[in-house]
Amino acid sequence: MSIHSPAADWFKAPHGHEKVWIGLALVWCLIMSLMMPYWHFRGQQNSAGEAYAVTPEDFAARVDRFVEANTVQEGINPIVEPPPGGHAYLLARQYMWYPVLKLRAGETYTLHLSSADVQHGFSLQPINMNFQVMPGYDHVLTLKPKTKGVFPIVCNEFCGVGHHMMVGQVIVE
Amino acid sequence: MTPQSTNSIGLTGSPEPAVVLPQPGSSGIRRRICDTTGLPICLDAQLFIRINAVLAIVCLLIGGIGAILLALTRWQTIHLLRVDWFYRILTLHGLNMLIFWILFIEVAILYFVSTSLLKVQLFSRKVAWVSVIMMFVGAVMVNVTILVGKADVTMTSYLPLLAHPAFYLGIILVAVGTLIAVYNYFATIYVAKRDKTYEGSVPLVVFGATAAAIIAVVTLLHGAVVMVPTFLHSLGWIAQPDPMWYRLIWWGLGHQSQQVNVCAMVSVWYFLGTMTTGARPINEAVCRSAFVLYILFINLASAHHLLVDPGVGSTWKIWNTSYAMYLAVLASMIHGFTVPASVEVSMRAKGYTKGLFAWLTNAPWKNPGFSGFFLSLLIFGFIGGITGVTLGTQQINIIAHNTMRIPGHFHATVVGGTTLAFMGLIYYVVPLIFRRDYIFKPLARIQPYLFATGIMMLSLGMSFAGSMGVSRRSWDIDGAGSIYGPAAHLMLGVAGIGGILAFLGLLTFVLLTVGTVLFGRSNVGRKMDDWGTPKPLVAKVAAASEHQSTRGTMVLAIIFLISFAVYYFANWKALADVWPVR
Ligand code: HEM
Ligand SMILES: [Cu+2]
Repeated sequence: MSIHSPAADWFKAPHGHEKVWIGLALVWCLIMSLMMPYWHFRGQQNSAGEAYAVTPEDFAARVDRFVEANTVQEGINPIVEPPPGGHAYLLARQYMWYPVLKLRAGETYTLHLSSADVQHGFSLQPINMNFQVMPGYDHVLTLKPKTKGVFPIVCNEFCGVGHHMMVGQVIVE
Repeated sequence: MTPQSTNSIGLTGSPEPAVVLPQPGSSGIRRRICDTTGLPICLDAQLFIRINAVLAIVCLLIGGIGAILLALTRWQTIHLLRVDWFYRILTLHGLNMLIFWILFIEVAILYFVSTSLLKVQLFSRKVAWVSVIMMFVGAVMVNVTILVGKADVTMTSYLPLLAHPAFYLGIILVAVGTLIAVYNYFATIYVAKRDKTYEGSVPLVVFGATAAAIIAVVTLLHGAVVMVPTFLHSLGWIAQPDPMWYRLIWWGLGHQSQQVNVCAMVSVWYFLGTMTTGARPINEAVCRSAFVLYILFINLASAHHLLVDPGVGSTWKIWNTSYAMYLAVLASMIHGFTVPASVEVSMRAKGYTKGLFAWLTNAPWKNPGFSGFFLSLLIFGFIGGITGVTLGTQQINIIAHNTMRIPGHFHATVVGGTTLAFMGLIYYVVPLIFRRDYIFKPLARIQPYLFATGIMMLSLGMSFAGSMGVSRRSWDIDGAGSIYGPAAHLMLGVAGIGGILAFLGLLTFVLLTVGTVLFGRSNVGRKMDDWGTPKPLVAKVAAASEHQSTRGTMVLAIIFLISFAVYYFANWKALADVWPVR
């Protein structure tokens, strides 16, 4: 009885269905823990967390250089096309993603994400890929777009009253 | 109304002497003999169980009012609140529910199980006063700060977002107050052991509660480590702590505290299994080892919340997310088996041996203690557990982080699981401790079903909306152009309707309980009304093997495992479809 002290000889090995279930559960847990290292080496989607310390000012300066060198269409939020295989920069700040990125399907890019102020969330829709964006950290993703179209970037980390308006864009051709 | 002769667990069997047993070391003993169980009840513990339980219910109500406002705002068609109030209420809801309701009721549970099951006095009134006053003052500070609009930072208050210092100080007070209550609990257990008020090992329920208390200490220390510097920073005394460091330590508090809830909930499952069906653990060693696994393998579980974060690498993420081979998950899977299996054995012993599931269909489904706990077990396992392990898989988190799948998951664990189990417990604790029988019992009998249905709809609606990319903590998903299709909107509607039902279930519970405490019929001098426990079928003869079998539970467990595997691998498939990334 779970509300009374057990009999003195309570320490017994499991048997019957209980034993079978513990065995099954253990095997299942083992499978699940092997899946992650397996995917790390063989899978295409991983989150390695590669990052470098960067001050918000330095990062903003890098973004500016990137925009200056690669803009293909001027505007409040310019459209910028990094060279295929090259580096792309995306700055999150209350409440916009800067700039608009134009990428080519099938090419691999090194995407740098960071924030000028508070934390933000990079959420690429409707593909639904999500990464954390932190001030002070240059979060580096190696990304290979494989579908063409215009993809909104939603902010999915609460960042203030304008949070819901913080939508950027990735164009893939 | 004639008093119940003896209930199925035979708690009333032995006529307990009405004399007070001398207890070495304690003078002025304040206790009474329980009219229902014949157990000595410590009057100090009774007082503090009452105070903490009342405060818990108040916070549940505040959180519940927040809940309905949020649910009706996220339901895009209704979109009730203004933008600033949405985030304000979100902060209010998160803290009152996840922190205040849960901590106050858990302190009450700790006092209850230690003193009543070990038949010992509460260690110290003074310590209990200090604890509850700190927690109360802290909770008031936090709520006032939120409501005057000085803490629109959500429950996690991620730096560099900054709230008024009173907000952090309030949280620190609540955390330290809780730590002090946990100290009181350990001291009580120590006294029981010293004075030999029990023989051999502590009862399983106390063992589980102790596991919860141990994890709580580790958890609350993380809370202090992160909240104290943040508080000092909010005063402008020190520089801003690193936001990534903040996330790491905050989730050491945030995630492990969920393991406290799991531990406490599982102990309540065992308790209610015994109270409602007379179940006894099949193998104490198995149950206790599973609790030990919780203690050992929960460290650094904050990794679950940092799986797509910068600065922490793959190895760290993979190792810490599976806490050495998912041994904490194993523990939950063991309890998920042993709890229903013990009910099955008990019911079969009463003669309900027909087929695979006669033990289950004949269970006391009209007893809210039973329905509350069994629905909690099913929702926690089938929805909360399966989604949680899947979302917490390092790579799968890429398609789930910060989407509505996350609240979809934890409303199945800490609401459909923990909160519902605690509701079931309260249907027993109020008559025992407040000495009044529930008013409107028929309403109480359907309340767990109403709440459970609502929470399942809420949780599934959120989860599916999240799979379609809808983000959590967002006031509006249509303001910046139409990003999500009609299916996502439909799912937010399902969550909204579920939210209404769950809110009604919650309100019913609060009103019934408050009504009972104020106006319920006193049961002083007689046994509490029986909620209904299964009667043995005397005429029934069956082979001994029929009595011992746990076939039904095994079938349920296999169905669970298959559902788990299907959901898990479907998510790997979904992940494989997104863009390659590293
Ligand atoms: C009537 C029952 C409930 C309903 C209808 C409800 C509904 C909601 C809704 C709509 C949200 C906002 C989701 C978002 O936009 O991100 C939310 C958040 C949350 N709920 Fe509940 N909830 C209920 C009960 C509870 C309970 C009992 C707990 C804890 C024990 C809880 C814990 C939380 C937490 C921790 C959050 C996240 C807050 C944040 O993101 O900062 N809820 N709930
Ligand atoms: Cu943002």
